Amino acid sequence: MAKIAVQFTLNGSERAEFVESGSTLLSVLRDKMGDTSPKAGCRQGSCGACSVIVDGELTLACLTLAETSNGKDVRTAAGLSSGDVLHPLQRAFEEEFAAQCGFCTPGMIMAATVLLERNPNPSREDVIEAISGNICRCTGYEPIIRAVLAAARSNSVAA
Amino acid sequence: MAWKRGRGVAAINYPTGMNLGGDPTQALVHSTPTGNFMVTLSSVDLGQGLRQVIAQICAETIGVPTEWVTVDTADTDTGPHCMGTFASRGTHRVGNAVIRAAQEARQVMLEVAAEELEADAADLETDGKGNIHVKGAPSLSISIFETALAAHFKHGRSISGRGMFLVPRSYPETETGAMKPSTCYAHACTVAEVEVDDETGEVRVLSIKNVFEIGRALNPKMVEQQLIGGSWMGMSHALYETTEPYYPVRDHGARDFNEYLMPGPGDIAETEIVVLERPSGDGPFGAKGPGEMCANPQIPAIANAIYDAVGVRVDTLPITPERVLRALRAQQAAA
Ligand code: FES
Ligand code: FES
Repeated sequence: MAKIAVQFTLNGSERAEFVESGSTLLSVLRDKMGDTSPKAGCRQGSCGACSVIVDGELTLACLTLAETSNGKDVRTAAGLSSGDVLHPLQRAFEEEFAAQCGFCTPGMIMAATVLLERNPNPSREDVIEAISGNICRCTGYEPIIRAVLAAARSNSVAA
Repeated sequence: MAWKRGRGVAAINYPTGMNLGGDPTQALVHSTPTGNFMVTLSSVDLGQGLRQVIAQICAETIGVPTEWVTVDTADTDTGPHCMGTFASRGTHRVGNAVIRAAQEARQVMLEVAAEELEADAADLETDGKGNIHVKGAPSLSISIFETALAAHFKHGRSISGRGMFLVPRSYPETETGAMKPSTCYAHACTVAEVEVDDETGEVRVLSIKNVFEIGRALNPKMVEQQLIGGSWMGMSHALYETTEPYYPVRDHGARDFNEYLMPGPGDIAETEIVVLERPSGDGPFGAKGPGEMCANPQIPAIANAIYDAVGVRVDTLPITPERVLRALRAQQAAA
């Protein structure tokens, strides 16, 4: 099958690859570009583990054709920290023990990132709504909700 | 037709590990040339934090900081034998094996240090920060770094140890069936509060309050994390999860995350966790297994709360709206 070119910004750097037509953004990120932070949980849009941010929108990378990302701005959990300095959400997940196996964590953090970008002072209900497309098998969600609220608080203190 | 409230309580007694063929776990510990320690296992960390707890157990036994210990849980092909991480057995079984391996390694380490210090190994102690010194004479000391270098390059010794934990197998007495299925038990008690819609059969869990008795909590924050998650899983078993909703008929079974139901972030109950520590006699530093145990007491507590709310006993899991409604119909028919 003919390969097609995809080109987009990944966490601030220009990236380009030739991929099979029909490849998902998830497989291009993980297998071609080596960014394994989006996880392949179900590959059918029901678990949220593959969540990334495309042009500011929370996006399920497993349901997104890579070619539709051409020219767009793609962000993943791997791009959140600056060097050794963790993003407030990453720090809060650590401090609140919001990860056990960690498989849902990058997707949760992506969902929370979009929430906090739009609503810096979310209520508990806002947080629940924002992560309700993401499945976690381990934590019972409570520590994750607490972590997102804690990150929002630390942001507003910093601002 | 209304939402009816109810409250239920349940208490459980849960074995740590099993008794099938002795339930063995083995572990190997060795030092690198620079005095870091490696624990080799084939036990798996599936997110519960086994690696962290094992690093703490090994470090505490040898007398070094936890950060000096690396735990390799890589491979059941190449690692020492472990029955696996299930049955709430990881911390207890693997921990016990690691203590024995670490003790043997510590003994070699102290023997090498004794030669270097021209002292008796029995007179040496560790400070937990990476040094070995003569008891009562802290100035007569050598670092573990130097000790490991000396072992590797001068004495030709391997600072290493083998550990094995095996529960003697218990056979049932023919007459009574009495046996000892486990060497220690964790305990829990849960009070659940629910609301039941007697028109639709829907159950909402309002709160789950748990007390867990888990032996010594070797890493209290991780224990708490596991107990919160476990409490949610218990509620999930009680009301949501099944692959065969009409068992033994297998129709309508869940095939993926869209069909396999679990409580989402909007369905969770207000959850409280209290930890009681009664160290076990044979656990590593008194630990028992909290893993599976912590997802059990919520199930009977919720079933009891439903009974308290609407007066029906549902004895098949999960307690779906359909089952509640059928039980309510049967109750009305009988009245
Ligand atoms: S992998 Fe994309 S939603 Fe599950
Ligand atoms: S931490 Fe394991 S799935 Fe969320």
